[in-house]
Amino acid sequence: MRGWLALAVGLFTAVSYAGSPVHEFKLDNGLRLIVKEDHRAPVMVSQVWYKVGSSYEHDGITGLSHVLEHMMFKGTKAHPAGEFSRIIAENGGRENAFTSRDYTAYFQTMEASRLPVSFELEADRMRNLVLPAEEFKKEVQVVMEERRMRTDDNPQALTYEQFNATAYASSPYRIPTIGWMGDLKLMRVEDLRDWYAKWYAPDNATVVVVGDVDPQAVYRLAKKYFGPLKPSHVIAPKPREEIAQYGPKRIVVKAPAKLPSLLMGYKAPVVLNAKTEWEPYALEVLASVLDGGDSARLASRLVRGEAVAASAGAGYDAFDRKETLFLFSGIPSNGHNVADLEKALRAQIREVQDEPVSAAELARVKAQIKADKIYEQDSIFYQAMQIGMLETVGLSWKDAEQYFSRIDAVTAQQVQAVARKYLVDDRLTVAELSPQPIDPKHPPREGGVAGHVR
Amino acid sequence: MFARKNSLLAYAWLFLALAFAGGAQALPQIQSWSTAGGTKVLFVAAHELPMLDVRVVFDAGSARDGSLHGVAALTNSMLGKGAGGKNADAIAAGFEQRGAQFGSGSERDMAWLSLRSLSEPDLLTPSLQLFRSILGQPDFPVADFKRERQLTLTGLEYQQQQPKSIAENAFYRAVYGQHPYAANPDGNPESVAALRIQDLKAFYRRYYVAGNAILVLVGDIDRKRAEAVAEDIAAALPPGKKAAALPEVAPLEKASTEFIEHPSSQSHVLMGAPGMRRGDPDYFALYVGNHILGGSGLTSRISEEIREKRGLSYSAYSYFIPMKRKGPYTLGFQTRTSKRDEALSVLRETLRKFVDQGPSAEELKAAKDNIIGGFPLAVSSNSKITEYLAMIGFYGLPLDYLASFPDKVAAVTAEQIRDAFQRRVKVDDMVTVIVGTQSSGSAAP
Repeated sequence: MRGWLALAVGLFTAVSYAGSPVHEFKLDNGLRLIVKEDHRAPVMVSQVWYKVGSSYEHDGITGLSHVLEHMMFKGTKAHPAGEFSRIIAENGGRENAFTSRDYTAYFQTMEASRLPVSFELEADRMRNLVLPAEEFKKEVQVVMEERRMRTDDNPQALTYEQFNATAYASSPYRIPTIGWMGDLKLMRVEDLRDWYAKWYAPDNATVVVVGDVDPQAVYRLAKKYFGPLKPSHVIAPKPREEIAQYGPKRIVVKAPAKLPSLLMGYKAPVVLNAKTEWEPYALEVLASVLDGGDSARLASRLVRGEAVAASAGAGYDAFDRKETLFLFSGIPSNGHNVADLEKALRAQIREVQDEPVSAAELARVKAQIKADKIYEQDSIFYQAMQIGMLETVGLSWKDAEQYFSRIDAVTAQQVQAVARKYLVDDRLTVAELSPQPIDPKHPPREGGVAGHVR
Repeated sequence: MFARKNSLLAYAWLFLALAFAGGAQALPQIQSWSTAGGTKVLFVAAHELPMLDVRVVFDAGSARDGSLHGVAALTNSMLGKGAGGKNADAIAAGFEQRGAQFGSGSERDMAWLSLRSLSEPDLLTPSLQLFRSILGQPDFPVADFKRERQLTLTGLEYQQQQPKSIAENAFYRAVYGQHPYAANPDGNPESVAALRIQDLKAFYRRYYVAGNAILVLVGDIDRKRAEAVAEDIAAALPPGKKAAALPEVAPLEKASTEFIEHPSSQSHVLMGAPGMRRGDPDYFALYVGNHILGGSGLTSRISEEIREKRGLSYSAYSYFIPMKRKGPYTLGFQTRTSKRDEALSVLRETLRKFVDQGPSAEELKAAKDNIIGGFPLAVSSNSKITEYLAMIGFYGLPLDYLASFPDKVAAVTAEQIRDAFQRRVKVDDMVTVIVGTQSSGSAAP
């Protein structure tokens, strides 16, 4: 029953660090290597992170980073299409890749002695991808199917996409990672070749290995496989800061659905751009006070208590690369509408602005983050993910190490201060999903593309 | 955000395989005993991280609903909403102020309650006490019952706007007919609206009993402490007996196709039949065979034919869900409506060819290399080991299930796979469910 609004928010709200030391290396060609030992089981995860994602894109080429991620499995001269997956599989590996706004990453999880297999294949496709036109023609169709499945036929995801494109005017965060259908339809394999040449190079990549490995041995392997690759002197993207907002924005998304839903997002700073160092951490605590479990305010007061919401959530990610949104989301309960839910959420916002949060709430948030620090170590994948994500957005794995102490230093007054400063109407965008009849005679416009795409 | 392959299914499989790391040895040493009240305990000591996972599993899934569809799920979700005089807020705060995580859930076979806590006694002991009172003294407060019932109804509405859920619900109905597995575990709008609090209390009294429970402990405690913890938790449960055996699943007698109109740009297609049970004599042949046919992501035949060669779908797959009785064998994909018939005939052709001919020697070797080579990944986190112990305990599998798994996979032959698929997978007697808009072509077999 939980997680109806499984939106892409707050994935890393509980980043923290503990456990064995981290070893950092840099190759002559600019490739960064970070290794963390975890000897509890004879396994390892190897991840390659590139500084590229949909927030590096612009109008007309949206979705390019993600399609390129798909094409990274379509062969090099040494290993033609399909071989990458076949070789990893025969070595007992599990592999996949993911693209977000701020990064593209590839990973293999394997028995620890198989690390050279992973390095050899990843090094090869870092510079030697072939990008065959006929493979591209099929794969871009697969991505369009992915878009239909994830977004076009999912009214809440569709609402989130429209909301996001409304909240941001000039920031590339307005771009959906999957890409607009119109851009996918007109994408050319040449676009991918340019994108690959621009971003896929050792000086734009971080390799992270966590598991039952010896850091020096991993460094030697990295030099052997990645060392010979030529750097491409990658030029960092322009900042493309979000322009000022001069008042609340509000949209309605009409789609075939049974349930209405609500999104409210307030522009908020992140660690990378915050002028006041503690503010992003105070915003993290605020998000946890509101939605850090079943005893947090939104579950306790809006879902139980007033019972105005069937689900209600708040999320914020201090480690985004650019100015982000402090997001509220929810589904009104039966007998209530979106306006009731918005009113109830606004009352909660007023309360955190008017009164400091309680000592018990602060203690609860801190206890949870402290425990999560231990629980996270049950997954080498998660540990590697934290390191790679921080390094790739331009922070450091050390920020994870210091996360708990920074959270621990947050006071009730600071939480109140950020609520007053950032949860204000001039920073707000609201989107409402207005359910339309589920009428098979009226299928949705494909890809949300108005008019025709040739 | 966007993983490249995978249906939700493949995604889940992937992360099960990945959420590991832990457990000290390559293979967890499982210890097992029974409490004084007759609850079976499975325990793995893992001292690397100062934490403990507790899971109590009951034979109390929706297969036990009878005519009260949804009662198992609602009973399970009500347990943490009031117990021993504490309300839902006090219970949630009791766990969360100590950094503990409480969870509960139910499916067709199982219902469970879980707790993850730091092993430091000052934190663990009070969390265990609270967990114990949820198990043994639930209050079923009326106001919470009414709200949770309404939330279930809202959840059912949500399912009706998702083509994937619409297809799944119809698929189980068609595959299982009169069997208890046919029903949606969340119930249906009429049955849920009619549930009364007495129904939940009666369900709880019958099924949440010591004789119908399995207790799993994984983490940083020694055997002596584990015995004490197990005894303490199990003693919270009233004595009582195991649930009765479920009826056998009837085979499908002929093919059927159900078309459900939905205004989506894609059609979601599911095809299948009753498959196999846990502990099935054909388990390893069917498991390894399906790995080759549609269970191993991009390298499987179905994905190769539908996605890689033709670009027809983001995810095309097949999988068995082994259950107490025969769980479903499911094959599926989703594609734009104009390509639906083409993709469906490719799926049927791929299945037919595999059943007729079985795998090649190279395919079988590749599958074994993948499964056996990847085995250390599957059992190397506390959470993954907890899941496995729950499965082994609940389904009564031997304690050496994990230890012997690689050898049993290695022993499977191509002929055994072909033979098992021919006996067990009847290509011409399958259910097909399609959710989407009508198109000119016919999707009938």
